Amino acid sequence: MGRVVVEVMLKPEILDPQGQAVLNALPRLGFDGFSLVRQGKRFELSVDGEVTDEVLARVREAAATLLSNPVIEDVVAVERVG
Amino acid sequence: MRIGVVTFPGSLDDRDAARAVRLAGAEAVSLWHGDADLHGVDAVVLPGGFSYGDYLRCGAIARFAPVMGPLVDAANGGLPVLGICNGFQVLCESHLLPGALVRNDHRTFVCRDQPLSIERTDTPWTSAYAPGERVVVPLKNGEGGFVADERTLDELEGEGRVVARYVGKNPNGSYRAIAGISNAAGNVVGLMPHPEHAIEPLFGPDPRSGTGGLDGLRFFTSVVEGLVSA
Amino acid sequence: MQQALVTADIEQPWAALGLKPDEYQRIREILGRRPTSSELAMYSVMWSEHCSYKSSKVHLRQFGEKTTDAMREKLMVGIGENAGVVDIGDGWAVTFKVESHNHPSYVEPYQGAATGVGGIVRDIMSMGARPIAILDPLRFGAIDHPDTRRVLPGIVAGVGGYGNCLGLPNIGGEVVFDPCYQGNPLVNALCVGSMRHEDIHLANATGAGNLVILFGAKTGGDGIGGVSVLASETFESTGPSKRPAVQVGDPFAEKVLIECCLDLFAAKVVEGIQDLGGAGLSCATSELASNGDGGMHVWLDRVPLRDITLSPEEILMSESQERMMAVVRPDQLDAFMAITDRWAVEATVVGEVTTTGRLVIEWRGETVVDVPPRTVAHDGPVYDRPMQRPATLDALQADAPTSDRLARPTTGEQLRATLLQLAGSPNLCSRAWVTDQYDRYVMGNTALSMPDDAGVVRVDETTGRGVAISTDCNSRFAALDPYAGAQLALAEAYRNVATAGATPLAVTDCLNFGSPEDPGVMWQFAQAVTGIADGCLQLGVPVTGGNVSLYNQTGTTAIYPTPVVGVLGVMDDVTRRTPSGWREAGQVVYLVGTTRDELGGSSWADVVHGHLGGLPPRVDLEAERVLAEILVACSRDGMVDAAHDLSDGGLATALAESCLRYGVGVRVWLDELCERDGIDPFLALFSESTARVIASVPRSEEVRFTDVCTARGVAHLRIGVVDEAAEPALDVQGLFTLPLAELRATHDATLPAAFA
Repeated sequence: MGRVVVEVMLKPEILDPQGQAVLNALPRLGFDGFSLVRQGKRFELSVDGEVTDEVLARVREAAATLLSNPVIEDVVAVERVG
Repeated sequence: MRIGVVTFPGSLDDRDAARAVRLAGAEAVSLWHGDADLHGVDAVVLPGGFSYGDYLRCGAIARFAPVMGPLVDAANGGLPVLGICNGFQVLCESHLLPGALVRNDHRTFVCRDQPLSIERTDTPWTSAYAPGERVVVPLKNGEGGFVADERTLDELEGEGRVVARYVGKNPNGSYRAIAGISNAAGNVVGLMPHPEHAIEPLFGPDPRSGTGGLDGLRFFTSVVEGLVSA
Repeated sequence: MQQALVTADIEQPWAALGLKPDEYQRIREILGRRPTSSELAMYSVMWSEHCSYKSSKVHLRQFGEKTTDAMREKLMVGIGENAGVVDIGDGWAVTFKVESHNHPSYVEPYQGAATGVGGIVRDIMSMGARPIAILDPLRFGAIDHPDTRRVLPGIVAGVGGYGNCLGLPNIGGEVVFDPCYQGNPLVNALCVGSMRHEDIHLANATGAGNLVILFGAKTGGDGIGGVSVLASETFESTGPSKRPAVQVGDPFAEKVLIECCLDLFAAKVVEGIQDLGGAGLSCATSELASNGDGGMHVWLDRVPLRDITLSPEEILMSESQERMMAVVRPDQLDAFMAITDRWAVEATVVGEVTTTGRLVIEWRGETVVDVPPRTVAHDGPVYDRPMQRPATLDALQADAPTSDRLARPTTGEQLRATLLQLAGSPNLCSRAWVTDQYDRYVMGNTALSMPDDAGVVRVDETTGRGVAISTDCNSRFAALDPYAGAQLALAEAYRNVATAGATPLAVTDCLNFGSPEDPGVMWQFAQAVTGIADGCLQLGVPVTGGNVSLYNQTGTTAIYPTPVVGVLGVMDDVTRRTPSGWREAGQVVYLVGTTRDELGGSSWADVVHGHLGGLPPRVDLEAERVLAEILVACSRDGMVDAAHDLSDGGLATALAESCLRYGVGVRVWLDELCERDGIDPFLALFSESTARVIASVPRSEEVRFTDVCTARGVAHLRIGVVDEAAEPALDVQGLFTLPLAELRATHDATLPAAFA
């Protein structure tokens, strides 16, 4: 069984209220020195059998059409793991 | 009799909780998330809402607010604390209560008049109910599914710490239909439904339900009467 | 600026920004030179259809012209400000307004709907009020169309996600399906706020030397050009791939901003205030300055940025959400900042009020804008566009749903089946799947909400004084006759508010239409505006504000004219409100009003025959006014326990809904009604004649109730009795019995089956 990891992030120019909230909370707990936090999504897709280039291509397509919303998000990684 | 109601940035039902405290006959004391102490109150309500936007995880950031330090100490020392909805989430994130609250199984926010059975009546917040009493209280949440591992769930059941359970359709996928739990001592109670929205005639659930739509009020009268007689 | 003088003849991208050649020429004339690129950006967004109302202005004037002094009596702030303000008594005022966010919601359903709610809430805040409730009239394509499935869940979640997180009860609205909205859903949002009279604030920059403070979220590249590009251009049929920059909402930031603003108002440290919505800083600075007594100087590089690469033009056009602008006296700056600090809201002095009469904006030491502010904010182009009654309208109106054109049910079995078919149809089925996603309880002041006739919230906790609001529009009626259709929308909202027990006081409207460049659409628009203005004059309720949304069409096909009307009413004590469902067995059910053969545009014609033709029901605003008086008196004096207005789906639908509200049945007889009005049982059940309600009257109040109706000369008839049987049913004697369990199963199944 093979696995593909897809990572989706908000586009850099899009407001990320969640990341902002985490950024503000960090120094209150003494975690200083961070200038930006952006929160993304990680998907793990498993397939029976090997992750071929064709599988990767299909995952890329799925990532661009379903897993991400191209209006506000970028697919930043589509990787074969394991 | 002074009962504190904590306001975090993003708290929504703080004024409603304060109203419930007043209608129960106590003085509502407003506590600010940045406060360093509890102003000597006799009990505390952590109200519903979206503290800090509920970003990251519900209650995850509120847990570290300055007021939570003295609150956790006081709760461990026996101060009656009621966490409603987001307040319940904060209590779980603070580890005053076990388990966690996750996204509803049907993935949408739900607001409905919810039948409950009150299963534990020896807590300071439920002493005015009869064991097994069926009440109707509004429920409104997007992340109200109570989850915990099997061992914890068995422990909660075994020790009689399930305070309230959903009756009829499980509205959010909570394990074992749990709507509210308490800590081992019973003074800290977390509840997903909103008793503060069932305290005035015609401003709560269907007036034909339970005690005329006022089924939530006794959570607050319980604690007031308990503190008066103590 | 220097550059603008040197390179006077350089080619500028005015066309790409949506300006017409003559509009660009006018800007050059106003300035006596070519505009700088920042000025061009400002003029282009502020002169867009969305901001300038350039096509609609000539018609909207009627709202003011047809308002009498008597109607102005309760009007504290009228059209032209961020929202109108009405006196509801005891020193209380309410402000309310409905706005559209149609095109952004088509592009990105969740964020479009969410920021639509956010925008209208800031409008209400900027009047000095605490927002207390929202309602959302929504319209989608056919329920089974793929695009409806794409946009509806996101739009509903967006309205809920934002409103719930703000802690505002959602107390009403509409969910309507019609193929005319495919590819062009309508997302309208109404917000109401309350305040004491002395707390009213206005968007004025007065007093030279006063400081201009921008506070709230940082400015990013959100929705740049959104106003001119998104709101003023027709969508081509390219579908979701045409996706310009969208605004992202942060409801938490807005919730904090609300509390922060209320603290600022309470501390009396705000001289003037304006929200940042469409056209962002361009709009806020030019409107504040032109409503003031002098000018304004702004240092644009002081604006806190989320994206430091933004150009001055982009900063001026950015539609980043959750921002406000205040005018503050220098001696109150510290007090102002102490409050924003407490809420951790970023606040920056970005400018000051001057005596120059000009809006001057500076960026890195260079003047990038130097304009008379009125020319940007108020003196935009005004078009009296050609109008033409559509040639197709005659044939449409001639195609009446007569009995030989559309087969009508006659037997009891057929009538029962028809009622059930309507009860499960997309536009009449239970809205619970949608409305259960909205928090209706927060604030603890909600006395009525969905599915009752109007939303009712308490304003004053000591006295119980409060308001009722309803929004309505049957666009099928408006398609058949836009003048009558607009008045029918007004009549229905007015009736709904009165049915809940409130005295109607004021009107807001959201006019959703197709392209103003289509003479047929422009004619529809003018007819609808005239209809509302004439109707309001007759009913004595003023229009206090609203919104126009044009270019709602896909390709060359416009939506049906959709003038959504919101009516606000006042109650001395909201605990006297009248719910829509009966509860007490033995109470007598009365039908008030007269029923005629009126099926043009009806739900029956639509659901059973897929037919739209003929004329809509007759409008009788005098009858509506008298009916409202009766309903308000009944509420005040406890003469009725439940009342429900008759509209879509007629008496049959109203009876079904009043039964389902609390699960209590009714026995109904129609013989007397049919004889009196000269109709058959089918018409009695499914005609959509207006100015009608059903009411459940306690037997002890029956004489008083009939006296009130008789005294006003209003037809009323006992048609049934509330009947709490072991198995509750809607029983129409001699025709059919429909157990409520069966009715409910059909009524409840439709939306979950389509979207859950």
